[in-house]
Amino acid sequence: MSTPQQPPTQQLAPQAAPDRQAAPGTPYSLYTSPIPVTRTHLGHALASEWTKIKSVRSTMWTLGVFLLLVVGIGLLVASQTQDEDFGNVPYTITAFFGLVLGQICLITLGVLVISSEYGTGMIRTTFTASPQRHRVLAAKLIIFFAVAFVVSAFAIGFVGLMTEAMHSGGEGKAWGGTVVMGALYVSLLGVLALAVGSMLRHSAGAITAMLGLVLVPAILPAFLMLSESMRTIGEKMMEYNAPNALAKIFGLDNENAAGGAQLGLLVGLTAAAIAGAFVLLDRRDV
Amino acid sequence: MIELEGLTKRYGDKMAVNHLTFTVRPGIVTGFLGPNGAGKSTTMRMMLGLDRPTAGDVRIDGQHYDRLKDPLKYIGALLDAKAMHGGRSAFNHLLCLAQSNGIPSSRVHEVLDTVGLTAVARKKAKGFSLGMGQRLGIAGALLGDPRILMFDEPVNGLDPEGIHWIRNLMKSLAEQGRTIFVSSHLMSEMALTADHLVVIGQGRLLADTSMADFIEQNSRSYVRIRSPQRERLLDVLYAAGITAVQAGGETLEVDGGKAEQIGELAAQHHLVLHELSPQQASLEEAFMRLTAESVEYHAHSDTPAPSGLPAGAPPDSSAAAWGDGWQEGRS
Repeated sequence: MSTPQQPPTQQLAPQAAPDRQAAPGTPYSLYTSPIPVTRTHLGHALASEWTKIKSVRSTMWTLGVFLLLVVGIGLLVASQTQDEDFGNVPYTITAFFGLVLGQICLITLGVLVISSEYGTGMIRTTFTASPQRHRVLAAKLIIFFAVAFVVSAFAIGFVGLMTEAMHSGGEGKAWGGTVVMGALYVSLLGVLALAVGSMLRHSAGAITAMLGLVLVPAILPAFLMLSESMRTIGEKMMEYNAPNALAKIFGLDNENAAGGAQLGLLVGLTAAAIAGAFVLLDRRDV
Repeated sequence: MIELEGLTKRYGDKMAVNHLTFTVRPGIVTGFLGPNGAGKSTTMRMMLGLDRPTAGDVRIDGQHYDRLKDPLKYIGALLDAKAMHGGRSAFNHLLCLAQSNGIPSSRVHEVLDTVGLTAVARKKAKGFSLGMGQRLGIAGALLGDPRILMFDEPVNGLDPEGIHWIRNLMKSLAEQGRTIFVSSHLMSEMALTADHLVVIGQGRLLADTSMADFIEQNSRSYVRIRSPQRERLLDVLYAAGITAVQAGGETLEVDGGKAEQIGELAAQHHLVLHELSPQQASLEEAFMRLTAESVEYHAHSDTPAPSGLPAGAPPDSSAAAWGDGWQEGRS
């Protein structure tokens, strides 16, 4: 490595102390920008987050795979069923199978929306541009929820329409509500993932944590049921785990509960995680 | 104007920034100098509200950074060239920043043009070289056309052309009357660009002085003499009250700028001189001397800490006193 040759300081002095030197008392002209000053608000943050979410490939990938799973599997199931199968169930029931897998895509996207900023260092640029951190997180939550809800509602609705068209002979129940409930459930899972991602700040860690949250309560009851003392915990897990919640929403077990309690639990859990994310966001260094 | 008051950041039991108090004055280039790990980046992150100070305060024109309503139009900062999502194009990266501050998207094209990235505006940032990444980072800093600009080691890892470009850019920005706060660990770089100098070492303030004063006070001037009649010359100099030091071989060194006097003395005594040249020690040496002292001081101050003294307070106060002493001695 070559060290730059230090020029003699006699030559440096005039350069180093030019006219613009603002000695105390000397007047200097400060720069004023021609760009008009605007007070920033949530609307600006929303526009910024919308640009962010649509300008990265991971969004297209996760949502593309989600649509492929829900619509693809949905139509496959619809083509393999008979009109009589839709006697007492909503036509959107065919979307359930794709959603069980597809929810993982929304979880991944939810985590990436924030953890990719921490992973790349973009978060420092973001928070320098918008030092109101809560506004950034709120904008991310709103934009992600809107995108996830619209995409999943479209997917479920599309599958419902196609199934109804293919099996118009069946009775079928009114299925408008299942579109909203189902889309709400998987979107909230994604929002929960975003909040967890904000707290853990690590893509792989947050995705793993979310997968654990979705899958463990679905698998563990089988083992918990073996022990008498664990039976009640196992039953609760079985009732409230994510795949079962979706099953209830789409009337898979022919009950009329329709997953309201499960959705309520997810709303509570998501609200708690969001609260935690906001508290930690303000406290921690970036 | 950026004011730091007793700014302190502690990571565990390590003091990254220790009671830093100084002011970045408007309209000039302030160089922020210190060896690697001196706490420069931590200080800058605290200025931008990214890190929370353990103690003390930073204010920008009397306000905390997170209270600024339009931060990009106030301060433009380049902290880390790679602080961006690699999958996003240069244009979209700047666009999302612009939108968050209500800056029109036409400005994105302007800054891309300023930094010379228009041709690659639609390319993903992860394919950019270090120099291009740095340019994109600077484009982000210029986005709001801010009055204050903050650069953290902007020339690090750049090729000579890139260094030249950044140097000229900073000069032209300063000429427009903007406040520039730029960190570096290279004294030679600062000597070319800065008007004012803030030096830190081990998180403590070592110097807060104008560049001109620093040069004057810290560059040791001496006269180098070579002569085949070294012994006679030494006698003559001694008789005239000038102390000469042998600096290897035939070379003698005399402190101070007495070249004329020595030349006249030699002529009077018919002494042959092969060299008589006024010299000035480099600023880099002066800087290293300054920071070396801080390291030395740090080692001494740390030893009593574990032996029962409450950690924190005593080093703080003695550090402040030591720093003050330095400044008093210089001013």
